[in-house]
Amino acid sequence: MATTDIVPRESSGGLGHKRVVNDMSIQVATVNGSGSQSSNTVLLRSIFQMGVPISGKNLFPSNIAGLPTWYTIRANKDGYIGRKKEIDLLIAMNAETAQDDVKTLAPGASVLYDEPLALDKLRDDVIFYAVPYDKLAATVGAEAKLRKLIKNMIYVGVAAQLLEIEYAEVEKAIRKQFSAKAKATNLNLAAAKAGHDYAAANLKKRDPFYIQRMDKTKGMIIVDGNSAAAMGCMFAGCTVVTWYPITPSSSLVETMIDYMKEYRIGADGKATFAIVQAEDELAAVGMVIGAAWAGARSMTATAGPGISLMAEFVGLAYYVEVPAVIWNIQRVGPSTGLPTRTAQGDILSTALLSHGDTKHIMLIPNSMIECFTMAQDAFDLAERFQTPVFVMSDLDLGMNNWMSDPFPYPEKPIDRGKVLSKEDLEKLGGFARYKDVDGDGVGYRTLPGTDHPAAAYFARGSGHNEKAQYSERPDDFERNMERINKKFETARSFVPRPELAGSGKAKVGIIAYGTSHWALIEARDQLKNEHNLETDYLRLRAYPFTREVHDFIEKHERTYIVEQNRDGQMASLIKLDIKPELVTRLRSICHIHGLPMDARSITDELMMMEGK
Amino acid sequence: MGTTTTTPPPAPKTNRIGLQVIDYRGGKTTLCAGCGHNAISERIIDAMYEMGVQPERVAKFSGIGCSSKSPAYFMNRSHSFNSVHGRMPSVATGAMLANKDLIALGVTGDGDTVSIGAGQFIHLMRRNLPMIYIIEDNGCYGLTKGQFSATADLGSTLKSGIANDLPPVDTCAMAIQLGATFVGRSFSGDKKQLHTMLKAAIAHKGTVMLDVVSPCVTFNDHEGSTKSYKYMQAHEEPLHEVSFVPSFEEINVDYDPGTTFEVTMHDGSSLRLKKLEQEYDPTDRVEAVSRLMKSHSAGEVLTGVFYINAKAPSFIDMLNVTDQPLATLPESRTRPSREALAKCMEELQ
Repeated sequence: MATTDIVPRESSGGLGHKRVVNDMSIQVATVNGSGSQSSNTVLLRSIFQMGVPISGKNLFPSNIAGLPTWYTIRANKDGYIGRKKEIDLLIAMNAETAQDDVKTLAPGASVLYDEPLALDKLRDDVIFYAVPYDKLAATVGAEAKLRKLIKNMIYVGVAAQLLEIEYAEVEKAIRKQFSAKAKATNLNLAAAKAGHDYAAANLKKRDPFYIQRMDKTKGMIIVDGNSAAAMGCMFAGCTVVTWYPITPSSSLVETMIDYMKEYRIGADGKATFAIVQAEDELAAVGMVIGAAWAGARSMTATAGPGISLMAEFVGLAYYVEVPAVIWNIQRVGPSTGLPTRTAQGDILSTALLSHGDTKHIMLIPNSMIECFTMAQDAFDLAERFQTPVFVMSDLDLGMNNWMSDPFPYPEKPIDRGKVLSKEDLEKLGGFARYKDVDGDGVGYRTLPGTDHPAAAYFARGSGHNEKAQYSERPDDFERNMERINKKFETARSFVPRPELAGSGKAKVGIIAYGTSHWALIEARDQLKNEHNLETDYLRLRAYPFTREVHDFIEKHERTYIVEQNRDGQMASLIKLDIKPELVTRLRSICHIHGLPMDARSITDELMMMEGK
Repeated sequence: MGTTTTTPPPAPKTNRIGLQVIDYRGGKTTLCAGCGHNAISERIIDAMYEMGVQPERVAKFSGIGCSSKSPAYFMNRSHSFNSVHGRMPSVATGAMLANKDLIALGVTGDGDTVSIGAGQFIHLMRRNLPMIYIIEDNGCYGLTKGQFSATADLGSTLKSGIANDLPPVDTCAMAIQLGATFVGRSFSGDKKQLHTMLKAAIAHKGTVMLDVVSPCVTFNDHEGSTKSYKYMQAHEEPLHEVSFVPSFEEINVDYDPGTTFEVTMHDGSSLRLKKLEQEYDPTDRVEAVSRLMKSHSAGEVLTGVFYINAKAPSFIDMLNVTDQPLATLPESRTRPSREALAKCMEELQ
């Protein structure tokens, strides 16, 4: 199982050619459970601290220990932080995959390998560096059981020396990584030093890759999307979280537990939140709905299989008109699929989740900041429109390391939507739960426990009239469904608008969303610089679509919709929404291999479809 | 202009919070005439009225089925949520997380509880959520015309004569094993016992699981059914005589501690169980389950309060949530400060 294509392209390096500075991808091939995560974070941070834009992606199997896993670091002076298809430096630590890993490298790449693996006989068009990890680990003086872990930090030292990463930055990153543990800090410092010294004394630099200090990361943070979402939800005033563990969403709630314990315990020592692990996804979303009905800002986080299980309940929330925030950290389906791989494969099933006529608001973050800010958008929209709102993240965004500007403190007050208090009821005398008083389709609700004899209403998934009374009358049913549809139409002008890049005058338009963005911005530059093809780019941020989507398609001769699924799911949704004569202008570029999208694949496919 | 002496109409009878029984009523029932569920609705109305429960504090929950329709037929002044089949426990749990001051009342059926909703039932019992969970148990699916449910007894027959060949689930034994802290069984036709048990249920803080045998007059009230009125009248076997003294009433009736087991409830009320048979300790889970198993072998339908633990912490206690309901906390308490965000950011730099 390799993570690159079988037919290699040229690495941006090359034997003895020009210096390549701050533009490379590093892949560490290890075994799941071997403890390489800390080392990889240290290597990533060291480069980041040098001021060079980075991203770190963990390509791992659905397994706790023993199967191959790869961590890729991309460093790029121009800020391209999507996945790069080609590997420039392979750190081969896994005997099982080493041969394959080397065979799939591009010519000109370099390999740092464990000496006994004797990989240098495999090819003569890549550069090899052998490191005797076991011997070095022994010199560090670690106990036998720690040596396996220590080897990981040795490769960090070697790589730092070869790439000319300032060694003080490596030490700083190690100190941060093991902050509270003095023993671990010292041991890892010694290991990195051993690797660094070995490389300085024994390895002759033959590859062209270098890291040089620049200033593109000042003041920035490194974080994963699930942590950003957890913070976002906490600052959005979320009070109830109910969940069922599922990769890749679990860390969202687990991180949130830590943050909430730190920042949401009141002066009375009591929690301003409740987080409950449910018995399954059905119960998780049932609790969200019960809590939201009773007035809490409640949420759950899940992935595709959980979304499927939640379908019935989501239809209930849609029809009873209960707010709910559901994070869908998408992974590869159908069925169990590839649980630890990334996709944008739930767009269509989530948009229309449940039986009968249902459609749902979806927010689609592409960055750490949007994972943070869209949390509040989701809660505000859910309560404003009294309906489920999905935040469509994915594994790449949720679980990988991204650099980001620090998050802005939310300035917008929390919007709790239309809720009638006891005092309101005293003035009004009563209310009709499902009456469209304001013309926006949204009725007024009351919360259970409101101390007024006219506060109560009967929430039911069966047919009902404006007063929430049971009704099977055709006119009641139709009017109610049309009103619910009106809410969706109203929501079009409340959801985050798409973002336009480009002059707006190009003939070719591109629509993409979520994590595809990072490959897309690089692909647009490739199209322009290598093929002289100007493009305009519209990044979708929400469903329902806004006017801009229609206008964008209308203005361009052809529009490519780039996404990470097989069937062009977003393209299908767009086709439902636009004028029929515009449908023929759409073309789909779809990738479903489970790896984060890369720019080169988009560029190649788009040029092929352009007939060039 | 003559003078007439008028006697003012007698003041309507009210409870301790000044409400009349009419304030606890609901819509007109659409269930069959004679349905056991209607009798249970009546008992709920009486118990809530007599206990002086503020209707606005009650939240009613149900799933799908005839039983789950019944919350529409009592307590119109209480919010109600008719959810999906078998998943009412999660909706109720969420609502209680949002507002722990609510009094949660779930009304459901044997199909909802033991078949499609078995999973949620199990975890509701385990959590000891403060909630009254009533199973209106008729041994069949009434709303889909009388198929067997999982509480139908072995050998009990359908109207067509087909006999049930699978063993029944005893929801009470299950609830006791799982951690519910107030578990009992009654019969919709046993007005006094059910009424008393409901009042005690209202005073309990934790999960109350009441299995109430409630005959389906249309599909399961024939000869050969073990959930018919006739069968219940012949086979109901009360474990004890249940009486209840609420905390707001003065206790002026003496009882003999030798023959009566007294339980002091969380709010100071007193539940009294007068022994009718051998020694029975309702705080002993092992004895409770054993006695239930024996009653099945003997072909009896045992009723009464089988198990009670008035001191166990509830799920809400364990969560250590702040005193004010989470639902209505102001932004000042749910959005951390600028300094908090700055600290989060600094840690990630």
